[in-house]
Amino acid sequence: MDRLYTLAFSALLYGIAIAMKFTAWRHPAYRERLKEQNVVGQIRVKGGTGRYYVIKNGKLSSRHGIHPNPDVVVTFKSERLGFHFFTHPSDRFGFVTAAKSFSVTLEGAQDKAIWFYGTIEGILQAGWRYGVDAGNGETRYVNMANGGPLFVYVKDDKIVRMTPIDFDDRDPQPWTIKAKGKEFTPPRRTSLAPHGQTVKSTIYSPDRILYPMKRVDFDPNGERNPQNRGVSGYERISWDEALDIVASEIKRQKTVHGNGAIACSHPSHHAWGNIGYYLSALRKFEHAVGMSEVHHNPDSWEGWYWGATHHWGGSGRVGQCETYGTVEDLLKEAEMVVFWSSNPESNSGAYGALEGTIRRQWLKEAGIKLVHIDPYYNESIQLLGGKWIAPRPTSSPALALAIAYVWITEGTYDKQYVETHTHGFDKWRDYVLGKTDGIPKSPEWQEAETSVPASDVRALAREWASKKTYLGAGAWGNGHGGACRNATGIQWARTMVCLIAMQGLGKPGVNMGNLQWGTPLDFNFYFPGYAEGGMSGDMLLGQALHQRMPQLPSINTNTQIIPRMQLPEAIMEGKAEGYLWNGMSIEAQFTKVTYPKPGFSPVHMLWKYGGSLVASMPDSNRYINMFRHPNLECLVSQNIWMHGDTKFADIILPACTNFERYDISEWAGLGGYAHHGEQQLNHRVITFQHKCIEPLGESKSDFWIFQKICERLDLAIYFTEGTNELGWVKRQFEGSDLPKHISWKEFVRKGYFVVPTEKEEKRAPLSWNWFYEGRKKDVPEPMPLPSDYSQGYLNGLQTQTGKIEFECESLKRFDPNSEERPPIAKYTRPAEFPNGKGFEDYPLQLISPHPRFSFHTQMDGKDSFLNDIPDHRVLVDGYYYWVMRIHPDDAKVRGIRDNDLVRLYNERGSVICAAKVTQRMLKGVVHSYASSGVYDPVGEPGKSADRGGCVNLLSSKKSQISKGHSMGASCCLIQVERWKVGEIAEPVEQEESEQRVAIA
Amino acid sequence: MKKWNLIVDVAKCTNCNCCTLANQDEHVGNTFEGYSAPMPRHQHRWIDIRSRERGSGPLMDVAYVPVMCQHCDDAPCIAAAKNGAVTKRDDGIVHIHPVKAKGQKAIADACPYGAIRWNEDLQLPQHWFFDAHLLDRGWKEPRCAQVCATGALKALKVTDDEMAEIKSREGLSELQPELATKPRVHYKNLHRYTREFVGGTIVKTVAAVTDCVADARVKLERSGTVVGEATTDAFGEFKIDGLEPDSGRYRVVIEVEGRVTKRLDVDLGKSVYLGRIDLAA
Repeated sequence: MDRLYTLAFSALLYGIAIAMKFTAWRHPAYRERLKEQNVVGQIRVKGGTGRYYVIKNGKLSSRHGIHPNPDVVVTFKSERLGFHFFTHPSDRFGFVTAAKSFSVTLEGAQDKAIWFYGTIEGILQAGWRYGVDAGNGETRYVNMANGGPLFVYVKDDKIVRMTPIDFDDRDPQPWTIKAKGKEFTPPRRTSLAPHGQTVKSTIYSPDRILYPMKRVDFDPNGERNPQNRGVSGYERISWDEALDIVASEIKRQKTVHGNGAIACSHPSHHAWGNIGYYLSALRKFEHAVGMSEVHHNPDSWEGWYWGATHHWGGSGRVGQCETYGTVEDLLKEAEMVVFWSSNPESNSGAYGALEGTIRRQWLKEAGIKLVHIDPYYNESIQLLGGKWIAPRPTSSPALALAIAYVWITEGTYDKQYVETHTHGFDKWRDYVLGKTDGIPKSPEWQEAETSVPASDVRALAREWASKKTYLGAGAWGNGHGGACRNATGIQWARTMVCLIAMQGLGKPGVNMGNLQWGTPLDFNFYFPGYAEGGMSGDMLLGQALHQRMPQLPSINTNTQIIPRMQLPEAIMEGKAEGYLWNGMSIEAQFTKVTYPKPGFSPVHMLWKYGGSLVASMPDSNRYINMFRHPNLECLVSQNIWMHGDTKFADIILPACTNFERYDISEWAGLGGYAHHGEQQLNHRVITFQHKCIEPLGESKSDFWIFQKICERLDLAIYFTEGTNELGWVKRQFEGSDLPKHISWKEFVRKGYFVVPTEKEEKRAPLSWNWFYEGRKKDVPEPMPLPSDYSQGYLNGLQTQTGKIEFECESLKRFDPNSEERPPIAKYTRPAEFPNGKGFEDYPLQLISPHPRFSFHTQMDGKDSFLNDIPDHRVLVDGYYYWVMRIHPDDAKVRGIRDNDLVRLYNERGSVICAAKVTQRMLKGVVHSYASSGVYDPVGEPGKSADRGGCVNLLSSKKSQISKGHSMGASCCLIQVERWKVGEIAEPVEQEESEQRVAIA
Repeated sequence: MKKWNLIVDVAKCTNCNCCTLANQDEHVGNTFEGYSAPMPRHQHRWIDIRSRERGSGPLMDVAYVPVMCQHCDDAPCIAAAKNGAVTKRDDGIVHIHPVKAKGQKAIADACPYGAIRWNEDLQLPQHWFFDAHLLDRGWKEPRCAQVCATGALKALKVTDDEMAEIKSREGLSELQPELATKPRVHYKNLHRYTREFVGGTIVKTVAAVTDCVADARVKLERSGTVVGEATTDAFGEFKIDGLEPDSGRYRVVIEVEGRVTKRLDVDLGKSVYLGRIDLAA
């Protein structure tokens, strides 16, 4: 048998040479590839013979035997293994097993080894055809953005247009919901968020970084001048120079300071695609290099994670709850929806494009009444109509308590359900009634806090109790964004759980949702979400993926973590403390994190990957000061655009967009804490992300950048596993259920696949209904984990009692006497509140929710088309200013008119915006979206006003609770005054502009 | 002969701006031979969105009205153009020729809707031309309608007779009927932009407790004639819409359980929220 394999292996190695020659003859691109390097590659058996391949000046020759001095050697333990390896290219498990046991090795100069191996792999890739002929010389490719899937029409390596995807005749017919005597069916096309439709302008943006750059006064071997970051300019350098500098610095940091010295900071949404993602390629790079983790707070879910989870579990959804089947149930059964700090029309549910918008059009047809609670007459009220109730920011918990008060005093809650399905109600009831503190939480009591008339609260409570009502809290309806991000966000999320529990959560027509989540799709079809880690090898992220897509595991030996909200204090003062964001269990959040970790080095090098801390973190002048601090010896920014805080880096590595490289992904396929995120969509759409155009300038894919740095650290073979991006994309395809439905060749040609529509009888059951009816949990989500049930697996909730807990046993165990987060949900005014501390000087409440048109900092600035949306930015004297909104009365006393430039300020900083005077604001409240993509200080960075619009310069760094790591930054006290260019601190140089447009 | 029309439903427009962004995506940086020259990157919004707030908190609304070339059958721009630079196609689309129109600012100035932009760099009048270059290649609709998720923009290719029937059936109106240009862009629910409302909240205080009054009948009278009626909802709110701006004096008559309990006089300029009306007061 072995003799047979010896012959077969020998023949196969000869066959590889023939195949390479044939491919070069057939495919010009492959022919070109052979000219890239001169390499002698040896494939052999350990202790035996093999064949070597000499590639020189684009020509290939090969010989049986062992070369005396090969550049690259692929060694198999046996002929049998080698034969199997090349004849079963899809046996990824066999490949990984052999690599892990060193039965196959790839040795030699890293770059040549990867190139040689890729050249063999390229035989298979050479025949793939991408895209569809669209006529007129255009090719229609497919790609994906945070804002939705896109057809990308390309002519002569230039993107002509980007459109939503209209399904063709062979794509499946969509689902239908029959409700209230009507039939509801979504259109056979994908939708786009505004930031999705504006992508082209940011690809072709003057702010693209086209070349590697070095700060002019940064000398890695001499004076580094950290104090000049953000001020001194840049010079273009070669990729080799840039890569050499950062690779040497990585070695220097590890040698001089030791483990822990290098930290990585990334945003949540740099680009889109499961391979080139921060949780994928970057994660593997972080692990391979050994970077300290800048640990995120649960930024969009604060109140749910730190609060709601103690009442109803759901730690695996960041404290939010399951949402299956709610679109159908809401339309069929519900009579009313209460949108509470819920503005899904603004941020499109994150990733969900305008899919929910389409469904919410049906509310009117279904005759469902709507109530909206928000201090801003938000975009969802504007579109959907209904009763608008406007409490003061941060006062919503008081309003919620008063609703409970009405229900309790009028006996209009579901007493039976509260008796059998909940725990600790009596304690909370007594607090609501004022028996424990002498203050009845009546509608009249709340009026002083919220400014909402008591009569409105009674009317709302009575309507709610008399109608089957859905509670849509936060943009997703079950959390996310909104009031959970302000100083009383934890209190608010907790009271939301208490209210819906009082009305019998899980009863038909009584649930959490606003039609943003819960569509009837096929959730058994497997395609990994981005949070499953792609090619990272991260064992925790990839629990589901690794069995489907075997890969080398990666583990970071540097276990030091830094709470992100205290990164400046960590760097500048050397100390920081926080608590974990980990959804494994309810209790995981009780784990304290201390920096520096004992025995680890403090951080001296920061790797910034995309994003902008100054735009999105609270009190963010701190981050600017951190960037300019001498403790930070090296600051690298790997970025697509010169935006936000990119300009503080010492070395800038230009990445390309995901339209300039290959990738693969599902629309809104999130995984992780947003399991089955495609529930936001009307169709599951999985895309092959075509490389639509060549990368602009010298920009490169993130994968390429990591690989090239790894080559200098001898990590590249480990990092790439010898395969290229396209190979990784194919591995992800093979690990999914796609191959059962579509061939790889058809997938890469057409570029997308629509998952067949679920049959009505097979749809996922309604969330919470199992709990209401006392069945075992039957919705298709794998959380909570088996050990987290007290009543036996799938019986009841994740809480200690298995019930919804009005009095939280987990909080009683952790900190029973906490006043910030007591075991029952209470209302406490935050530090920054009308008539509170600082109110005299700063009498306006600024709310800064997730932006409407941009996505975090994405697609804002960069000279993007969004500049032309007057509700996004306004052109004044040649400069596009970020918009703030103010009530006419507040504007009048300050002499502010529409489109006036105004300064928003408090003791933390100043931001210049353009004013929009509008009745849509509650008096005393100012609105301006968070996360501007532009930071543009008028004087010294970190110490002067910003005219880019980063309103987080004004927000408080205070954690909502001291034993947590939770932003309360979406509301703070400020003052506003008219501003003229040059009025503040240092003079501003006006930019020359050809377009001086008069603003009426 | 089937011709193109665009229906704009003001009640469905949420100001997402995808229509205008899609138009920029299509035309910034792109030349379509025989059809169009590139659109400037900024400040050209061939599809603009006008907005109007009515009333005040808590009873208000905001209307968004996409405005673009109206493709008039009686187009002033055609009359203003020299050398046939602007033509009416057989399918109803008004087209400004990107070469012949060069230097003719009069074409832009002629549009009473302000929908033709003047491209200073190219010295060229430009407009939203229904993406005729795509329709001629077999596209089913222009970019703005394709990307509109709510169906606020819908393109229809029908005969003029069919369109007349749709107009009357769906109550469509012209953006500015007084201009009499026979536009092919038709508006639905335009009253949210052009008309006014009177609204209020009816409450009643009994023993120092104030409650909303639901199911009260509210009549709006003008010179003794009832011109509008509404019933208060659970929050005591009513809204009577469709009134002429600056139409002067009205009387609001509130009936509870068949009995008139309150009368108020209103001098209507723009839409007005009367505030909380306490029947006990």
